[in-house]
Amino acid sequence: MQQLSLAFSDGINVARRNVIKIKRVPEILVSVLVTPVILVVMFAYVFGGAIEIAGGSYREFLVAGAFAMNLVFGATFTGAGLAEDMQKGIIDRFRSLPMSRYAVIFGRTASDVIYNILTLTAMAAAGLLVGWRIHTGFAEAVAGFLLLLAFAYSISWVMAYVGLMVPTPEVVNNASIMVLFPMTFLANTFVPSESLPTGLRVFAEWNPVSAITQAARELFGNLPPGTPEPTTWPLENAVTYSMIWVVLLIVVFAPLSVRRYKKVTTRG
Amino acid sequence: MIEVSGLIKKYRDVRALDRLDFSVPEGSVLGLLGPNGAGKTTAVSILATLIPADGGTALVAGLDVAKSPEEVRRHIGLSGQYAAVDEHLTGFENLSLIGRLYHLGGRTAGTRAKTLLERFSLTEAADRPVGTYSGGMRRRLDLAGAIVAEPAVLFLDEPTTGLDPRSRIELWDAIGELVRNGTTLLLTTQYMEEAEQLATDIVVIDRGQKIAQGSAVELKSRIGGERIEVTLRSAHDLEKAERILSGVANGAVDIEDRAVSAPVASGPRSLSMVLRRLDDAGIELSDVGLRRPTLDDVFLSLTGQSSDPMKRAS
Repeated sequence: MQQLSLAFSDGINVARRNVIKIKRVPEILVSVLVTPVILVVMFAYVFGGAIEIAGGSYREFLVAGAFAMNLVFGATFTGAGLAEDMQKGIIDRFRSLPMSRYAVIFGRTASDVIYNILTLTAMAAAGLLVGWRIHTGFAEAVAGFLLLLAFAYSISWVMAYVGLMVPTPEVVNNASIMVLFPMTFLANTFVPSESLPTGLRVFAEWNPVSAITQAARELFGNLPPGTPEPTTWPLENAVTYSMIWVVLLIVVFAPLSVRRYKKVTTRG
Repeated sequence: MIEVSGLIKKYRDVRALDRLDFSVPEGSVLGLLGPNGAGKTTAVSILATLIPADGGTALVAGLDVAKSPEEVRRHIGLSGQYAAVDEHLTGFENLSLIGRLYHLGGRTAGTRAKTLLERFSLTEAADRPVGTYSGGMRRRLDLAGAIVAEPAVLFLDEPTTGLDPRSRIELWDAIGELVRNGTTLLLTTQYMEEAEQLATDIVVIDRGQKIAQGSAVELKSRIGGERIEVTLRSAHDLEKAERILSGVANGAVDIEDRAVSAPVASGPRSLSMVLRRLDDAGIELSDVGLRRPTLDDVFLSLTGQSSDPMKRAS
């Protein structure tokens, strides 16, 4: 118990360090705020008018997909940031301090929640500007945002593990593009999964990114009557299925990352 | 304060540390001297709980580093070869972060950071990101980071490697002040001069083994102590000069060209005696000196190799 509270309080201090960097490193600011906004606006204007949805707006349908995609990509920060820390001398300093051994990864995943809140806020503001609206109540909207953040947090733990496995931060970026592009595109993020060929459709239907997008659309009321009704369990129960993934990813990857961190830091 | 006995560390088949023993009494400074790859950093890493040993025991502040590493970390400060500070944070932010992670509490960490920045002449740069600092400033900040919690035991791993002479002297001054305040210090260095400047006791290691121990003076006296060297104006006086020098020498007199040299027991006294006698004999000199062996000479005589890794490799 004492160990846990130490991990928490030390983690907050490490997280604070990572948050300060948003102000100092322009690249971080661009990735956290600018790129996501550009993507939301671009998708809205480039694709938004291309597809007709009876009784609704495709543009509004797209926005939740852009939220999910950007948050998933945002998790590369966790991996790249950890990989970078492990390369630098500062990790030896941390390890000689009487701080929790878990503070570095807890702090990293915690500061990524802050990054994600900023990203989501910027994207929501951009969404509102291009015509996206929430058609449900306050509670559903809050639940939608929280679910998106929880999902992003669980992906952070996956990327934390990846970041501790690779030799340099660049590898994280390359590896994540190979995995994250298919994950975010072979989904219902931009088109309803029904329109995909069978093999891809099954993948898309069980893809957690589809579930989180579907759940966000449900909670924000962005599913106009004209969109096809989901017929498979994951999408019929998108909120539940998303939460199962959130729990599963954290339960699997948090201990794996912690173990990996211990191993990497006692090398030699 | 530090007790190391029979310490072993293996990397695959190579023994980085091979039954290393030494101890550092409270309030004293031990210089761990050796060339690159001698095992200095490995020894410090074990003592600072960064890596486990494969054998032997190491006590720091009375605590076994293998059994209670967390306890040990509360009593130590470490400043390594590579300045372990975050370049995106300011000097103040770096030190206050370290203070918080030592669990000093936010306010104490802040005041401590300010005090240290002042003490290491970094107040003006306190609110600039460390990325803009010079190499010497980073090292000073790193040293400040190591003493944030006023640790009883301080480890400095090659604190001035790669610094320009001026920054080196500044850092020596800062370290000297710490030592006068009673910090127990283990310092590793490749520089003979640095060990001589800062350490009360020196352990020379090579390939993971201790090859000599003593004060700088003791180590030097091992290879014959001081020598008087005189260079004559005229080669005609060689014979007379040799006779005069052998009168004070405690070893064989060397003659090379017009230079005559001899080992002596008490340098300054013998030198003035020799000068008086040479003068009385009317011998003119073009050069005269008392040469003290450097620690580099010590290393050479102990290992038969230069301590300079560059010379060693060739």
